[in-house]
Amino acid sequence: MSAALGAHAPRLRLRLRNRGLDGVTLLVVPAVLFILALFIYPFLYGLLLSFEPKEGGALANYIAFFSDPFLYDTIGTTLLIAIPATLLNVVLSVPVAMRVRLMRHQKLLTAILVIPITLGTVLIAEGLLTYLGPRGWVNRVLVDFGITGSPIRLVHNYWGVLLSLVISGFPFTFLLTLSYVTGIDPALEQAGRMLGARSRARFWRIILPLLAPGLAVTTALSFVQAFSVFPSAVLLGAPAGPTRVISIAAYQAAFEAYDYSMASAIAMIMAAVQVIIVVALLAARGLLFRGPASSGKG
Amino acid sequence: MVVRPVGERLWSTCIWVLVGFFVVNLIGMIAAVVVNSFGTRWFTTWLPTGYTTRWYILAWNEFHLPDILLVTIQAVGAVVILSGIIGVPAAYAMARRDFPGKRAVMTLFLLPLLVPPITYGIPMATVLYQAHLAGSMLGVILANLVPTVPFVVLIMIPFIEQIDPRVEAAARVFGARTFRLFTQVLIPLLLPGILAALLLVLVRTIAMFELTFLTAGPTSQTLVVALYYAVFAAGVRPGQSIDAMAVVYMITTLIWLLIALRFVNPTQIVARAKR
Amino acid sequence: MTLISHSFRSLRLDRISRAFGTMRALHDVSLTVGRGEFIALLGPSGCGKSTALNCIAGLLPLTAGAIWLDDKRIDALDPEDRGFGMVFQNYALFPHMSVRKNIGFGLVSQRRPRDEVARRVDEALALVRLQDHANKLPGQLSGGQQQRVAIARAIVVEPPLVLMDEPLSNLDAKLRLEMRAEIRRIHQAIGCATIYVTHDQDEALSLADRIVVLRDGEVRQVGPPEALYARPAHADVAEFMGYRNIVPTTATLSGDFVQVTIGGATLPGIPMEPAQGPAIAAVRPEDLTVTPDGPITVCVEAAEYRGRDFYGFGRARDGSELFFRSDRRVGSGETVNLSAAADRVLVYAA
Repeated sequence: MSAALGAHAPRLRLRLRNRGLDGVTLLVVPAVLFILALFIYPFLYGLLLSFEPKEGGALANYIAFFSDPFLYDTIGTTLLIAIPATLLNVVLSVPVAMRVRLMRHQKLLTAILVIPITLGTVLIAEGLLTYLGPRGWVNRVLVDFGITGSPIRLVHNYWGVLLSLVISGFPFTFLLTLSYVTGIDPALEQAGRMLGARSRARFWRIILPLLAPGLAVTTALSFVQAFSVFPSAVLLGAPAGPTRVISIAAYQAAFEAYDYSMASAIAMIMAAVQVIIVVALLAARGLLFRGPASSGKG
Repeated sequence: MVVRPVGERLWSTCIWVLVGFFVVNLIGMIAAVVVNSFGTRWFTTWLPTGYTTRWYILAWNEFHLPDILLVTIQAVGAVVILSGIIGVPAAYAMARRDFPGKRAVMTLFLLPLLVPPITYGIPMATVLYQAHLAGSMLGVILANLVPTVPFVVLIMIPFIEQIDPRVEAAARVFGARTFRLFTQVLIPLLLPGILAALLLVLVRTIAMFELTFLTAGPTSQTLVVALYYAVFAAGVRPGQSIDAMAVVYMITTLIWLLIALRFVNPTQIVARAKR
Repeated sequence: MTLISHSFRSLRLDRISRAFGTMRALHDVSLTVGRGEFIALLGPSGCGKSTALNCIAGLLPLTAGAIWLDDKRIDALDPEDRGFGMVFQNYALFPHMSVRKNIGFGLVSQRRPRDEVARRVDEALALVRLQDHANKLPGQLSGGQQQRVAIARAIVVEPPLVLMDEPLSNLDAKLRLEMRAEIRRIHQAIGCATIYVTHDQDEALSLADRIVVLRDGEVRQVGPPEALYARPAHADVAEFMGYRNIVPTTATLSGDFVQVTIGGATLPGIPMEPAQGPAIAAVRPEDLTVTPDGPITVCVEAAEYRGRDFYGFGRARDGSELFFRSDRRVGSGETVNLSAAADRVLVYAA
């Protein structure tokens, strides 16, 4: 009996190994468990918690959210900041990336552009408070060169938050776009030139169709980042009014009202809006060509 | 030799003006912080009326900067080491083995990088508070590991894939057992990649605001969270001392960025989401 | 749109040069290509042949010299205005467009009417025999089919000149022979002038009307394939054209021939350059054959069977290594005698 088992064991091991399961595969287990415990579980927990409100039925939190303009308006407010910021960043990134890919010393520019990403939104908020403030250099230039009579208000309102999303978001969008643009085989553009297509025609007929799938991903990621704007909306915006974004509502529910159930509901709504927009973008991407951006054999 | 048409030159000039405008404003923003942190008084002039270092002394004492720096170093150091210990073996398994459910595991690693921290941070903080882990250093470390472990995995997978598996096969043929294989063959080969990945983790974790903010207690604030609270409560203390703290924060971040840029391409910092 | 008409008499490269920094990739190259002519630019990698092609295409600006199409100077024109066809090494097919759209790209750029585009694309598809694949994407085609699409795309606009950059280098050996015949057939069918870059002598010999041998960015020899095969002008060209026996020797004049020493034996050869004193003798392995009374004696070191005959190499008494041909099987260690006809021994100045 035990002999039969002994003969079985190595065969089982062999079978598992043939399916790719052996000691090495087990190395992935700690990381998977960690993400399950601290990412997936909290998310599911939050989802369940959102249906267990402090009072009322299972949907009470969601009903409360969508019947109180102070809460549901945050979706519109956030979209009003996130969509223009995303579009601006993506639309500016494409021509700049098209130009920069021809540069020989790209690394200096990309290194400069990584600085705002590295510094993070809190520092950008503090920097812009000084720089864009009524006594800052921007207003100095506007007033001293006679562009405006008196300093204009750029902080503690909508524009401050939008500008902070451009400062932190443009480098991100640009670097991602650049990596997609440089992935397009330059021989394709040369082929277009040899076939009589001028630069504008080459862009619309060759580059843009090949770039579009990557651009959809870039737009999705940029949007998700902009939609989850938090510190700059508090520090640089008007968190009680025009820049009361959805993450502020969630934060206040959790850490000021200590209503974790409501906070989870708002976090779920935030995630749902992001998912809807991302799915829409990626579905549009599915309609586009998705093959490699080079012509096969190299 | 080849003369570009006027339209094309104009277009190219426009783009450089745009890039220049962005860079000038970026530098202006940083310079404004630095200048203000050294200025005595700065009202309606281009530059402050005088210069001083007293804001730094004030910030050092008032904001408990030594404590905060110590917390930051401890938290970031722990995150860097732990994400390496958990992430690198996982990346090795992902790069070298094809197992059922690998795509699902890959998606699992991508999600924490694609979902913004504030979205998953609130439910995660809730769970950590319920488990009495939040509000302490441990909570901050655990929360920060959520994006950094997958980050290390995704950076390391292509790096491991480009190492020829025949090198390992050769080592096995010559009788190296798994442990020796790891210490004497793999680690030296992987070291440049690990170094680059961990440097990027370091830079990202110093600047990671949302997750730390949601899970830190009074004694486990890192520099970026302390900076947030200082700016939030602006008016309580002179603005120059907040900017002094911001400069200290910038220096800690940018030094590591400079070191990291010697080893990695800047685009790697963002290109994580490319499949 | 295209500024250049299809009918032309000649394309003239007038001392064109291209430098990258201090590196001279192309130096003082002059060449005239006649209407309908098939020219091969041949040379080892790094010889400047692809640079030359890109300069003609306009993808690289010249640093000196001029390019003339009949009496029109074209070297300042953008590639899109030159109207040449080009076949790229990796084909550079647009991966997001069907075969039909790929082939029609140039005609659409010229803003031709839609029915004309459709008709001419159909003709081109028929010419390259891809009618059944018109609506596929390039990624769904085999290497040879992709190659045909690339050729059709280049010729459908009826360019005065077609440029081909190592078009067969990505194909396997069998397909390469097939496509070689295909290129010859298409060239004969449409008869447009072609400049073809390759590093493969066989390809150049079998396709070209004239071959231009480049080395270090300079033209070493221009001539019809027969001349390059039988009478290379310089020792380096000979070596590149398959003269594997390159023997340093001393030449002494004797009538129309010169006497040289190969493998310790004295043989007559043809002086390709005025050669007296130190010289180089070049002989193809197939022209150095095993004969019972041959003057050169070698000890065979290795031999291989190549179907009809045997090829081997051996060491002569003076220590030089020689490659030779044999009708009968020879084994290593065996001693054989070799001979070469006088007009197959080429002698160059050292």
